[in-house]
Amino acid sequence: MLKLHYNLEKISMGLVAAIIVAASIGGLVEIAPLFTLDETVELPGDLRPNTPLELAGREIYMREGCYACHSQMVRSLADELDRYGPYSLASESAYDHPMLWGSKRTGPDLARLGGKYSDDWHVAHLIDPRSVVPASIMPSYPWLTRPLDTALLPDALATLARLGVPYDKEMIAAAEADALAQSRPGTEAADGFQARYGARPAVQAFDGDPSRLTELDALIAYLQSLGTLTDAPYRALAEGAP
Amino acid sequence: MTATLTLPERRIGLFLSVLLALMGLFMAAAARHGVMSLHGFMALGLGLGLVFLIGGSLYDPAPPHRRPDRYYDAPTRFGLTLTLVWAIIGMGVGVWVAALLYWPEATPPWPATSFGRLRPVHTTGIIFGFGGNALIATSFHVLQRTSRARLADSISPWVVVLGYNLFCAWAVTGYLMGSTQSKEYAEAEWYADLWLVVIWVTYFTLYLRTLARRNEPHIYVANWYYLAFILVVAMLHIVNNLALPVRLTTAESFPVWSGVQDAMVQWWYGHNAVAFFLTAGFLGMLYYFLPVRSGRPIWSYRLSIVSFWGITFFYIWVGSHHLHYTALPYWAQTLGMTFSVMLLVPSWASAGNAIATLNGAWHKVRDDATLRFMFVAAVFYGLSTFEGSFLAIRPVNSLSHYTDWTVGHVHSGTLGWVAMIIFGAIYTLVPQLGGKRQMASPRAIEWHFWLAVTGTLIYVIAMWNAGITQGLMWRAYDRNGALSYSFVQSVQAMAPYYLLRTIGGALFLTGAVLCAWNCRATLRGAREGAADRPLVPQPAE
Ligand code: HEC
Ligand code: HEM
Ligand code: HEM
Repeated sequence: MLKLHYNLEKISMGLVAAIIVAASIGGLVEIAPLFTLDETVELPGDLRPNTPLELAGREIYMREGCYACHSQMVRSLADELDRYGPYSLASESAYDHPMLWGSKRTGPDLARLGGKYSDDWHVAHLIDPRSVVPASIMPSYPWLTRPLDTALLPDALATLARLGVPYDKEMIAAAEADALAQSRPGTEAADGFQARYGARPAVQAFDGDPSRLTELDALIAYLQSLGTLTDAPYRALAEGAP
Repeated sequence: MTATLTLPERRIGLFLSVLLALMGLFMAAAARHGVMSLHGFMALGLGLGLVFLIGGSLYDPAPPHRRPDRYYDAPTRFGLTLTLVWAIIGMGVGVWVAALLYWPEATPPWPATSFGRLRPVHTTGIIFGFGGNALIATSFHVLQRTSRARLADSISPWVVVLGYNLFCAWAVTGYLMGSTQSKEYAEAEWYADLWLVVIWVTYFTLYLRTLARRNEPHIYVANWYYLAFILVVAMLHIVNNLALPVRLTTAESFPVWSGVQDAMVQWWYGHNAVAFFLTAGFLGMLYYFLPVRSGRPIWSYRLSIVSFWGITFFYIWVGSHHLHYTALPYWAQTLGMTFSVMLLVPSWASAGNAIATLNGAWHKVRDDATLRFMFVAAVFYGLSTFEGSFLAIRPVNSLSHYTDWTVGHVHSGTLGWVAMIIFGAIYTLVPQLGGKRQMASPRAIEWHFWLAVTGTLIYVIAMWNAGITQGLMWRAYDRNGALSYSFVQSVQAMAPYYLLRTIGGALFLTGAVLCAWNCRATLRGAREGAADRPLVPQPAE
């Protein structure tokens, strides 16, 4: 062996090849099967993709680095089930490019956040967390009251559609209008939005002011959608699946 | 920089600078507004600056000595300067984000300075800016000495150093403006990622071409590590960053991976960024500078072979230990755990090999702060890999994951190991580059050493306490079977530790500032190229 290595050290391309081989095996074994196993590719029938407004909110969530303090992955441990809710399934984030599971909980997990608080609470909390939770160390985000830029949404939906997220042509074409419509309940546009996305996504004046479409609207729409894209985790828990 | 180039080389440099400026102009014009156009202007600015610099000295006297039999150290010197600049930026922002967790209002009310945007500036600035520049700069030095050959050409090292720093600058300014892929340690957007591929290929070919010119039959062990660093980082970077841009004229893109596949790819990348960026490269540094400084050959050649291949083979498997109890299939988690535990063997073999090398030179460790930096680095390498293997065990991870224990582990590795070995290498190299016998102020090195050690210990111990407290509070039940603590109570319990960590970090940063000042004083007055020595054998060989 030693002799063999002694010779290998004299051939740079030999070293290069050996390094590539040694460093490829593990990744191949662990990653490739994930594209074929039922456990990781099967999707629940009721899984819906994010609406354009939620998607815009997701971009803001990433832009502001919320993921650096908040996870979106409830582990299958008793205390996490009690604190947050059913543990997360792989299928829940199947449409998430990229996933936002996170690695640090400076703040609580948000995977089951949807519906936990009112929109007003979120508005107050995002603008000044310490006005609602005095001991909070979360940053304030007063600038989120600025208007939402929706110009990229159609292209964003089209790009995701190319990656396999089920947005159809109509959804892509109407993306900007739908973002606006979701924050204006009771309008005709809102009906059009619901015709495309069904009755499940909430149509609300998320930031409390239906006359303006703001970044807060988008972010809160996203936060309220967390954990509500499918009921599969609740079913899995009820069935006592492993 | 230009003084060390011949006329034809200056012409090529001029041409490349014009190309860079044109690329920048094109980017700025195509994107028109937003991050990408700013980044275009940055490239344009750099290109134009270089055009003026090179153009202005095009017909200056050519470098004096017969060059092929001299080492080329000017890029190393420049790279080390950048290393120190990034050290101060990265650690400065580190102290800032640490302070924000204690005192959330300690920042102007601007989007650019909020915690979520500053944190990736810290991680990228410190890992890629500080760590990356140190790796590139020392690799040029080590490669030449251990091959007894000059770098294969004089242009590509500049392309690598300047191009790489343009990438780092794009990345951190992008985060401040809110442009991010949100993948930890790979937040930079698609065009920056593509740019890095170009730079990395240049780096790799330069490495191989120089190796091909070597006057030593054997490739020294330090180079195996540097090679593994270059190769595997390229592989990880490309696969993890595959993305579709929303438009070719905007920074926004969507990664091709999603959900659980994305999580696995991300942590396959993430942990191997630790392995091949923060470990393999720095082991290369250790295997060269430790023997040089202590004047003793590496203790066991055989052990260095075993640990090299062990690290290269095992590390790739361990990424899934970041995903214990998550939606990642159980078998993949188990593989990650198993290999993480096995990884302790080659890791400790490396640390042990380093420490055994010092056997017989302990008096030097006592007297020489530079060597002490390297010794402490080897010890912390041993400690943090032990801790890592321990944290990878599933039940332990159930407590530690998501808590500050991870952050404590990270910084025992990065402050105790990565930063210490860099400082050891810098204090060995800089006098040589400045043509001096020793650093301008040996006392400042001593001060730096104790500041760094104290800072690291305060940081790490505070975070151990914080993490374990947090983990225990989250899972504590009262007698009635209800959770004992609300989340906010666990946040409140962190305050003293976050304050301590900020203080520890500030001490560490002070040491780094001392180091920068000391290096400046040592290099002041030394002519560029003073260190381009004749090709003579070096003690490590
Ligand atoms: C510095 C870390 C940090 C960052 C960055 C951060 N948060 Fe928080 N977050 C916290 C902490 C700590 C809490 C718990 C105290 C509280 O409720 O304010 C919290 C609580 C929350 C809650 C309440 C969760 C619950 O179940 O009670 C929501 C919602 C939230 N954050 C959303 C966000 C969003 C959206 C962003 C990005 C715009 C963000 N956070 C950024 C630290 C952070
Ligand atoms: C002056 C010294 C430093 C200070 C004060 C500091 C502070 C911090 C803080 C506050 C965080 C965020 C933790 C959190 O979100 O809870 C962090 C994260 C991080 N730092 Fe540092 N840091 C320092 C030096 C370094 C160095 C030298 C390196 C690497 C070479 C480094 C690498 C990292 C990494 C990789 C993370 C991310 C950890 C994770 O996501 O788990 N830091 N640091
Ligand atoms: C045998 C070697 C090592 C093993 C097995 C190991 C294992 C681990 C484990 C289990 C985690 C926690 C994952 C989680 O719960 O999220 C972790 C995190 C981390 N480790 Fe190590 N570690 C090792 C060495 C090192 C070294 C030497 C460094 C630094 C130089 C380092 C840097 C990091 C970083 C940066 C993270 C944080 C990633 C993140 O969450 O953002 N590790 N490591």
